Amino acid sequence: MQVHQYDVVIVGAGGAGMRAAIESGQRARTAVLTKLYPTRSHTGAAQGGMCAALANVEEDNWEWHTFDTIKGGDYIVDQDAAEVMAKEAINAVLDLEKMGLPFNRTPEGKIDQRRFGGHTRDHGKAAVRRACYAADRTGHMILQTLYQNCVKHNVEFYNEYYVLDLLMVEEEAFREDGTAYMQKRVAGVVSYDLATGELHVFQAKSVIFASGGAGKVFKTTSNAHTLTGDGMGIAFRSGLPLEDMEFFQFHPTGLAGLGILLTEGARGEGAILRNSEGERFMERYAPTIKDLAPRDIVARAMANEVREGRGCGPNKDYVLLDLTHLEPEHIESKLPDITEFARTYLGVEPFTDPVPVYPTAHYAMGGVPTNVETEVLQDNNTTIPGLYAAGEVACVSVHGANRLGTNSLLDINVFGRRAGIAAAKYAADAEFVELPENPEALVTAQLDGLLNSKGTENVAELRKALQETMDANVQVFRDETSLKSALEVIESLRDRYKNVSIQDKGKRFNLDLLEAVELGFLLDLAEVMTTAALHRKESRGGHYREDFPNRDDENFMVHSMSYRDHNATTEGIAGIRMETKPVVFTRYQPMERKY
Amino acid sequence: MSTELPEPPSKIELKAGVGGGGEIPTFNITLRVRRYLPETTAEAYWEDFKLTMYGTDRVLDALHKVKWDHDGSLSFRRSCAHGICGSDAMRINGRNRLACKTLLKDLDTSKPITVEAIKGLPLEKDLIVDMEPFFQSYREIMPFLISKGHEPTKERYQSVEDRERFDDTTKCILCAACTSSCPVFWTDGQYFGPAAIVNAHRFIFDSRDDAGDMRLEILNDKEGVWRCRTTFNCTEACPRGIQVTKAIAEVKQAILSRTV
Repeated sequence: MQVHQYDVVIVGAGGAGMRAAIESGQRARTAVLTKLYPTRSHTGAAQGGMCAALANVEEDNWEWHTFDTIKGGDYIVDQDAAEVMAKEAINAVLDLEKMGLPFNRTPEGKIDQRRFGGHTRDHGKAAVRRACYAADRTGHMILQTLYQNCVKHNVEFYNEYYVLDLLMVEEEAFREDGTAYMQKRVAGVVSYDLATGELHVFQAKSVIFASGGAGKVFKTTSNAHTLTGDGMGIAFRSGLPLEDMEFFQFHPTGLAGLGILLTEGARGEGAILRNSEGERFMERYAPTIKDLAPRDIVARAMANEVREGRGCGPNKDYVLLDLTHLEPEHIESKLPDITEFARTYLGVEPFTDPVPVYPTAHYAMGGVPTNVETEVLQDNNTTIPGLYAAGEVACVSVHGANRLGTNSLLDINVFGRRAGIAAAKYAADAEFVELPENPEALVTAQLDGLLNSKGTENVAELRKALQETMDANVQVFRDETSLKSALEVIESLRDRYKNVSIQDKGKRFNLDLLEAVELGFLLDLAEVMTTAALHRKESRGGHYREDFPNRDDENFMVHSMSYRDHNATTEGIAGIRMETKPVVFTRYQPMERKY
Repeated sequence: MSTELPEPPSKIELKAGVGGGGEIPTFNITLRVRRYLPETTAEAYWEDFKLTMYGTDRVLDALHKVKWDHDGSLSFRRSCAHGICGSDAMRINGRNRLACKTLLKDLDTSKPITVEAIKGLPLEKDLIVDMEPFFQSYREIMPFLISKGHEPTKERYQSVEDRERFDDTTKCILCAACTSSCPVFWTDGQYFGPAAIVNAHRFIFDSRDDAGDMRLEILNDKEGVWRCRTTFNCTEACPRGIQVTKAIAEVKQAILSRTV
């Protein structure tokens, strides 16, 4: 085992991690630990755009953007955080342009902007052009630009280092009212070098988690194979809460059967959804902004069309994204990648034929709770000195119950930047926290357990069963029966997981071993998501309970906070404690959410 | 700029059989994988796997099937699984492609489908190579915008035409399919290779960048663009459809017109 020392360690090299690294790398000795080469990160798969009220093509202002974000999140967004994000969005876009990002341009040479779901003029009057974009590969351009600037600033990367544990110490501290509590402090992380199988402990004054999402708990997902929620899982196992895990976004337009993302920007450019009768059904569900309603509403409408028998295809299990009324040159210049996806993977020519689509698991609104300074919370009122989180792994919460399209690329840039600055600033004055004795012991035991297991269970089989039950029971529509049945499966899989074994016993590039570790995170997170979903007996944003179809502000206008607690039981699930955290309001009162 | 379009009709007649459909056919394949497990055997060897696959499956699905159902030690990189992250470039039937973008049905399934690691980079295990030399070349061409003069308060302006000038080379996902298909790179690992030149092109032809001359100087090196023999392997290999050879030619041209 090797021990390294850095002022700042960043876990993850997607948009949030690299945006943080650009800031912290220039201020403090920084290492970025990433389980992939940085340019492989899933930020690169984002397509449509990044919203900011530049008002380059029509009137707009950041206050409208704030309102849209809050309403889009069904009012469970922390309004102070949404304000920060919408306000700083403008500089976030301009910063990227200055770093070299090749945005599409207006005839005058300004950054061009297009429409996106839920982004409106003057508090919902009409769709507004707010999304800055680079064709339909905005995420790719952001990832490349950030990596380029990391190269420029000589950021130190440890590629294919899997962070598997967070090292913290606890000490007794006293609140202002004199009560004692256990204050956590961060000491570093334990990582596994894929190439050699060696463990590396990184002692750090500040640690930033920017490790992305957990879409692989679902079968049909736009997420990469590697998005297994490692960061959330590590935090949860370390005794930190996870916030709002019941809110998961299903993106309306995944390629049917495959889940591959087709950007909402397609609808922003004029594409529409149709059912088997050729009907533009969104006119019924969201009369004002129709196909540009927020994702939760569109995804539910699609699923509803299918279950009422108006789905297409031999199994009537998808709807159609129709681009055929658009000019081919327009599609070719604005949406080249997604049209290629349709051709490559489904053999459909989108110029002449509509494309089969169905909702695909896309984004975790919840995650590791932070405040607007990206400091991680150990409970509602207590931050952990030196520990930060940004991007999909975190819950600030700017996305509430439903994230608006483009706000994730914005989130990673705004809060990634904030995290990098804050972590470096903290490290400048802080001392290293002493590493615990045998800091790698937990990870060694876990890996040795898997390597030496003589168990009979197969990782791929358990993962498949998990993903299938999540798709069947915890997707767009949920109710008590479906959630309980998912939990039953999850509990049995967690049990069987204790008995998994792997075939590859080697040290070098043992991805067999890491898939087993990742499955452990997926199982933990699926359990939390489903338990939180069962606990929230209302419908809000992406969380729709058929047995509680209305929003219930009286009882549920609160964030959920799930803790690993071996003395607690929630909804019949042992080991989870569920608490709540108040939503921060500034100036927007909850209203009925109509579009 | 986005154009204003008339509202599409609320209802249309759909063509019969729209969206394709019918039962997805299954078929049998032999996947012939070049294995290299340095911890157990010194030499690389071929191993065949007989698999039943579905009509929309890709080579990556076949590799996953082997790993998940037959042999967990089979090692390969992959992430996004739809041609964006650049993890899974490999030699499939002798040609560099992304496993996640190569549909099995588009290959000749009557014969074994061969899969091996990309060439020219140090082999680590099975389909995994050491990518460091590749990224080293990339870093050497200064792949970041260098702009002199005052930073504007808002964005820099760029005309639609100027933006279009380097659009093609912004598509690069650094998968190394081009560089590792280049015969010059196979014999001379010092050659920058197509991907680094593509990324230099992306900045040399960006009207906002002021360091074109420096990059041209770097690529005028004996291991630079002049090693390119215009075999077009790189262009054929690029999973993003970048006109790689054309980009290299444009860089060559820029060096000549600069030095003349």
